[in-house]
This record gives sequence, structure tokens and C-alpha cells, in this order.
Amino acid sequence: MEWETVIGLEVHVQLATQSKIFSGSSTRFGAEANTQASVIDLAMPGTLPSPNAEAFRYAVMFGLAINATIAKRSVFERKNYFYPDLPKGYQTTQLEAPIVGSGAVDIALDNGETKRIRIHHAHLEEDAGKSLHEDFHGMSGIDLNRAGTPLIEVVTEPDMRNAPEAVACAKKLHAIVTSLGICDGNMSQGSMRFDVNISVRLKGEEKLGTRTETKNLNSFRFMERCIEQEVQRQIEVLEDGGTIQQETRLYDGDTHTARSMRSKEEANDYRYFPCPDLLPVVIDDEYIAQIRQALPELPDQRQQRFIADYKLSNYDADILSANADIAHFFEATAKACGDAKLSANWLMGEVSARLNAEEKSIAEAPLSPEQLAGLIRRISDATVSNKIAKKVFDAMWQGEGDADSIIEAKGLKQVSDTGAIEQLVEDVIANNAKQVENYRNADEAKRPKMLGFFVGQIMKASKGQANPQQVNKILLQKLK
Amino acid sequence: MHSLSIAEIIDKLRKKEFSSQEITQFFLKRIQQNDQKYNSFISLCEEQALTQARAADANLAAQTAPSALCGVPIAHKDIFCTEGLRTTCGSRMLQNFNPPYNATVVENFLSAGAVTLGKTNMDEFAMGSSNETSYFGAVKNPWDLRCVPGGSSGGSAAAVAARLVPGATATDTGGSIRQPAALCGITGIKPTYGRVSRWGMIAFASSLDQAGVMARDARDAALLLSTMASHDHRDSTSMDRPREDYSRQLDKPISELRIGIPKEYFDQGLNAGTEKAVQEAISSLTKLGAKTHAISLPHTHLAVPAYYVIAPAECSTNLSRFDGVRYGHRCENPKDLLDLYKRSRGEGFGAEVKRRILVGTYALSSGYYDAYYRKAQQVRRLIKQDFVDAFKEVDMIVGPTCPSPAFEFGAKGDDPVAMYLEDIYTIAANLAGLPAMSIPCGLVDNKPVGLQLIGNYFAEGSLLNAAHQFQCHTDFHTQTPKDLT
Repeated sequence: MEWETVIGLEVHVQLATQSKIFSGSSTRFGAEANTQASVIDLAMPGTLPSPNAEAFRYAVMFGLAINATIAKRSVFERKNYFYPDLPKGYQTTQLEAPIVGSGAVDIALDNGETKRIRIHHAHLEEDAGKSLHEDFHGMSGIDLNRAGTPLIEVVTEPDMRNAPEAVACAKKLHAIVTSLGICDGNMSQGSMRFDVNISVRLKGEEKLGTRTETKNLNSFRFMERCIEQEVQRQIEVLEDGGTIQQETRLYDGDTHTARSMRSKEEANDYRYFPCPDLLPVVIDDEYIAQIRQALPELPDQRQQRFIADYKLSNYDADILSANADIAHFFEATAKACGDAKLSANWLMGEVSARLNAEEKSIAEAPLSPEQLAGLIRRISDATVSNKIAKKVFDAMWQGEGDADSIIEAKGLKQVSDTGAIEQLVEDVIANNAKQVENYRNADEAKRPKMLGFFVGQIMKASKGQANPQQVNKILLQKLK
Repeated sequence: MHSLSIAEIIDKLRKKEFSSQEITQFFLKRIQQNDQKYNSFISLCEEQALTQARAADANLAAQTAPSALCGVPIAHKDIFCTEGLRTTCGSRMLQNFNPPYNATVVENFLSAGAVTLGKTNMDEFAMGSSNETSYFGAVKNPWDLRCVPGGSSGGSAAAVAARLVPGATATDTGGSIRQPAALCGITGIKPTYGRVSRWGMIAFASSLDQAGVMARDARDAALLLSTMASHDHRDSTSMDRPREDYSRQLDKPISELRIGIPKEYFDQGLNAGTEKAVQEAISSLTKLGAKTHAISLPHTHLAVPAYYVIAPAECSTNLSRFDGVRYGHRCENPKDLLDLYKRSRGEGFGAEVKRRILVGTYALSSGYYDAYYRKAQQVRRLIKQDFVDAFKEVDMIVGPTCPSPAFEFGAKGDDPVAMYLEDIYTIAANLAGLPAMSIPCGLVDNKPVGLQLIGNYFAEGSLLNAAHQFQCHTDFHTQTPKDLT
């Protein structure tokens, strides 16, 4: 039997507004518990929500970025359920009239083609607080710092057919919201959270299979892994003659397993209805036009510009344009050193490898674009070889200063002085008479290979600092 | 001193005939001596009141133009949060709740220099029409202690009627200002929805709740409302309108006034004595030059059913925050989370509140929403349209405030629907968001009858003007319960 996977995403994007969606409390991450919870966030009796205009602006920016229809009139509703970290006993969200209507994003497939993923809608809502189940002697602690943080929930159509497509879509959404500057994109802090709806059906079948929803995926790696596991699980159940239960599953990033959280029967009746404390929000064309005009460059536009302006390959441009911070880092480096290709190579090579190894984002990189450009300039003008450059890079990463001062301090400057290189070449020839004789007697065809021995000896003698081109040139002359 | 109006108190304070401390002490003592009979207060704040009075006296001495209500003692319905002063909303749930903030209404009175004497009794979470649902015991009607004062603002109404306080704040979700004002023989006004900030006013049904005032007459009500009504950015349903001085419109003649008499407000359920008093009041208005027009508000009969879907639906979620987690009543030794919720709410809420939470939860449930909540909202639009059509022909609508005078305790206690019909003439104004008031217009069996005036949006000034003109030519508003000491 051949199975087809159907995937849809629900993405929670924390908006990077200064204050919460309905109160003036700060949204800063990592503050001491309950220090950013006002009487509104605590749902004290008689308190009322006042909407944050900035959250609307961000939501409209997102809508325009995915070419969605923007609702001129959007309505907040109450989603009712009891939970200790939900202070009002309802979440203020949008259901029937969300601010962002249907739109789409394009993703690049491995075969080089582009696929369009439709977005069903995106709505504004408030985040809940956090329940802390450790360190409270059998009780639970509640931290309401996060309660009321503005979110947009982006809901895709079930247009993805495998894990890589889902991850590509998630990455594209990440690129869009970070490029817009409406979300810091920090997944480990929960700034973007992914819920994945997965079902399988027999190839050719039109009807969708029963889906499960897996919540709490906060890395692209987890997402890919989780989808593959869940698809496998569903296929096994079906091939064993079983049926898939509609359920919500929770992914555990420590054990890399998902477990059932609740079934359809246990699902809440959320009793949605329009929130009577908030009037419908009406926006006009002029407001939308102003936002459209001020929209920053989007990843797709940036990719095209990188290809045109920096002559980057499609692949390089795609990678460097996806993340706004990386794109800015690249452009700053390229502008400072004047060599886009080398800037791209270093960024996608050494820099990216280091960041991955240390699980850091580009914003946390210990070196600046100017520093990287300084190193690239020394490669371009042959002050250091590529090999030595990596040593300099290591030192810069350790915070030892700029390329020039490191090269100076460690004496890593490439030797291009003809006299000094001639001396090295003559020494090596004098010390290896036998090899020289062999070389001179050898066929023309075999000689280049034999030359490597001498180059190696010379480079070793120079501690790697001799200019390889000059070494080659002088060596060839002397061996004639 | 207890017979002075607010206007007179302001005058005498400025002429230094007495100080704010003296009159504050006078009313505190009067409440302490008399309120056992009525139970109209839940909390008194003696110390704070005297501090405020001292500050008012200093301002009165120092300033040539002191703030509007400088030194005037008033009371607040215990639904308005008062910083550092317990605010119970008539419920065991909030028996020991001390808010760290003031309601905007309270703030406005404080900035106007008013002195807070205490917090008045009310139906639990403002749900009731007889004040019998208060956790702190029923309030008694000063006109007849065997009878209810009406509700939910029964404490404020009884306190003003018994002259324990010159004026008080109140709230009105389906008639909670007008019905007790009628039953206690005082003047009460519910402004247009959005005219007074709801910040810090504990919510019953957000789309219907509106704060207003209770006083002896329209002139005092105008003084209080001018202070109370303001735009507030903390309440997004608050209208962005400048403040108004309602006192300035009081003396306008009403010879041009067109008043609509809705036939649906004079149906079979109306007590004969009440009807007679109301018809006589209408005659008095026509003698002042007003022209009457027979009108129809065809969807009136749907107001109570629509209200008893919408108000419980909103209350069912507004009251979800009382979960025993952060403040308010928490049960002893909960064994798990569900137990904490069940027992804290089960113990904290009274029967009527529970009934409305259940009704509202049902009305919003999946599968019933369209039949109940959505339908009720459609009915609400029809009711509003009735008024919009009526106000094309008339300036004001006049009729009874409630079907009959005050009833005895327990008379409707077993029958929620009979109790709900008490608000049959008042509820429509809340559904439509219109301003409305009740003024005394006679006595039946020595119990007061209320005349209801409903105005167009933001026509509070016209309502108070008409009421004041009526009161200039009648003396119902000066009558007090006969055994008042």
C-alpha cells in the first residue's frame, strides 16, 4: 500500500510589542515570575482590556507579507476554559472575524521547484501564563508574566505532503516574521511555537484521513522528527487494521516522543462568543496603505536582490536571505570588504558551523560584520592564506581582537618577499638532492605530482606563511 | 441636617455653615444608629471618610473655587472597587477582597472632593431585583420594612430613601438603578451605555452594565452625574465625549417636549394603582407643555427573554475569573485542581449566581449558541430598532418603571421568572443602551411608584431637565417614609 501524508500547521507567533495586547505590562522575556503582571493580567475584578494598536499593525504587516486579505472589521471573542494559568477563565482570541484572511507562502522544494502553501487565516490573541510544576512541593506555581503577550496564530491549509515541506513552510514563516521585525523568532524561548496536524491516506484517495494534532514543537529539528514518527505510527496503526483516534498529542523535546494529551471526547466546549468588553476593530484603506508603504523587505524580495546585486547563486541567496539577521550580517560584511562571494562563503561556512556547534543565533555571534570583513580583506590582498585565515578566525571568535591585530600579534603574515622565498626554496633543494634528481629525470606528466613534495617542505619550513603562488613560481624556476 | 439636598450641602459648606467633618460625622453617626433596620451598608469607612473630610475642609478654606463636590459625603455601591477598602459585590466570594485600585467612578468622585462614607449592600454580583440574594443579608425598604427595596442597587436606594446618605452610586444592567429607585421613592438615572467608565466596576453583563446615580431629586442626580461621567481610555466601550454639566440644562422649559407613551408599557401586568399614578404624572407633564404621542414598541415582549439569555451568557464567562486561584474565596484543603474549582466556586457563589452561570453556559454551548445567544442578539437589534423608530417622532418615552410597588420578602423568592418580570419595563433600555431614569410619582398603599423616562442616546441632560421640571411642580420627591427619625 502506498500512503500519502497530509500536514497542516498552526503557528503561534509572539509579537515583539513593548507591552501586552490588553495591558501596559512589559513583554520582556526572562523576568522574575509575576513581576510583569498588572491587575489586568491578573484578571482582578472590574479590570478591563484596552487593545494595543501596535499588535494590530504587526498583524496587518504579516497579512500584507503573505498577500492575504485584511479584514476591515475584526472581532475579539472569548474562548472559555478553566486553567490556573488562564486568569480570566477565557482566552481573548478571534474566531469568526480574524484580522488576516486567506493568503499564501511559497517554499522551495529539494528538486528546485517552488510550491505554494495556502494560509487559511491568521488571528490575533493573547498568550496564557505558565504553570510551573517543579519546586513547589507537590503544588504548582503560576507565572503570569507571559499572560497577555500578543500572538498571531497562523493557520495553514493542509497543503504539505511530507516533513521537509512542513519544515520549509515553518522556516519560511519564521523568515517572514523576523524580516518584518514583528517577532524575535527565538524558538527556544517560545517566541514561535508550532502545532502540527498530521493525517495519512491511501495514495489517490481524496478524503482526508483522521488527523492528530501534536503541540509544543519549538525547533525545526523536533518538527521533522515528530512528523516522521507520527506518520510512521499512523501507517502502522492503519496497516494493522486499526483506526486513528482524533487526539491532541504533546511532544517532549527531551525524550523525542509524543504522548496523547486528550481525545476528541475529552475536548472542551470552548463556548466562543464575541467579547463584550472589546468593540469590533475597524480599520480603513489608508491605514493599510500606510503599513504597506512602510513594509520592510521580505525574504523572497531579498533573495532576488542578492542574486541581482551580489551575483550570488540561487542557493546562496536563499540561505542568506531567509533570516533577517543573517541577511543584514551578510550585507554589512559584503559592503565592508567588497567581496560578496567570500562573505557568503565565510558566513555559510565557518560562521554558521560555529553558531550551530554552540547553539547560538547570529545575533549572539562574538564577532561583528566589520571584523569578518577585516579578515576577508586580508585574504583578498593575500596577507593570509585561507588556511591561516581560519586560525585568525578562531582567534577572533575567542574575542582576541581584529584580524589585523591578531595577524600582527601572532606573526601570521604571509611571506611574499621574493628574496626570503628564494632562500627557502634553495634550502629545500639543497637538502633533498635525491628527490631533485628524480624530479629532473621524470616525465613531464609526472612532475606536477612530484612538485607537491617540495611545496610541502617549503610551506612547513615557513610555518605555512609563505605565499603559495610565489613558492610555486620560484620552485619551478629553480628546478629547471 | 439629614433632610438637606446635595445642592444645599454644597451651598452651606461654602458658606461655612458647617464643615465637611461635621456633616460627615453626622451621617456616619446616623448610619450607625439607624442602619440595623435597613441593612443598607456592607462596609463603613469612618476613618478614611474623616481623613477625606479634613482634606476637603482644608480645600474649602484655601480655595476660592473648590472642586464640584468638595466635602459632600456619598456612598458607593459595593460593586465599585475602592483602593484598600474591601469590595464584596455582595458575595461570599469577595468577602475579604481589598482591591489595590479605585474604579474610575470612585476616582472621579475623589477628584471632585466627595467623601466616601461606605459601601452599600446589593444583590450578589448585581443579580437580583429584590436585594434578597446578597450574602450580607437582604436590605429592607424604608417605606415598609416587610418589603424589598428592589435590586440590585437596593442598598444605595434604601440608604438615600432613609436619608442615611444624600446620594449614592449604583449600577444598572436590567433595571438595577431604576427599579429600586422606584420602589424606594427616590430619583435614579442610568446613563447611555458608554457614558460612564466601567473600569473597576465588577462586571455582571459587560454589554449591559452601566453605572449611574441615586439621589433625592433630579437636581442632585445632575450634580453627581456631571462628576461621574467621563471618557476613560481604560474602558474601550467608554465613549470619547467631553464632560457635560447637566445642571445647566435643568431650568429649560419643556413646552416643546414630545413624549411617547408606549402602549406595551400599559398592559395587563400593570398594577392599577401604579397605572393611575403614572397617568397622572403624564398629565402633569402635559400641563407643563409636553405633547403626548401614542407609540408602539412592538418587540417589548421579547426584551425579558432576550435579556435572560444575553446577561447570563456574559455573566457565565465574566465570573470565570473567580476560581480560587489568585484572590477571593478558596475552599479548605483542595485535593486537586478540579476540587479547588468546584468547592471554591460552589461555596463562594449563592444560588441565583449559580443559576445564571448555568443558564449562560448552556446558552453558549456548542449546538445551542445559534438557537439562544445568536437569536437573542438578533432580538436585541429589533428592540433597539423599535426605539430608533420611536425617537423619530418623540423626544422622550414615558411609562411606569415597574409593574407594581414594593413586594414583601419571599413573595417571588421561589419563582425566578416572576422575579425576572419585575424588570419588564426597564430591560429594553439596557438592551438598546439608552439612558433612562426613574422619579417618584405617587404612592400606592403608602408605597412609592416610579415614573420612567427613557431618552435618546446621550440625552441625559434632557431626561434630567424633564425630571427637574416635573419635580419643580410636584412634591413626590420630597416625601419620605413616615417613621423616619
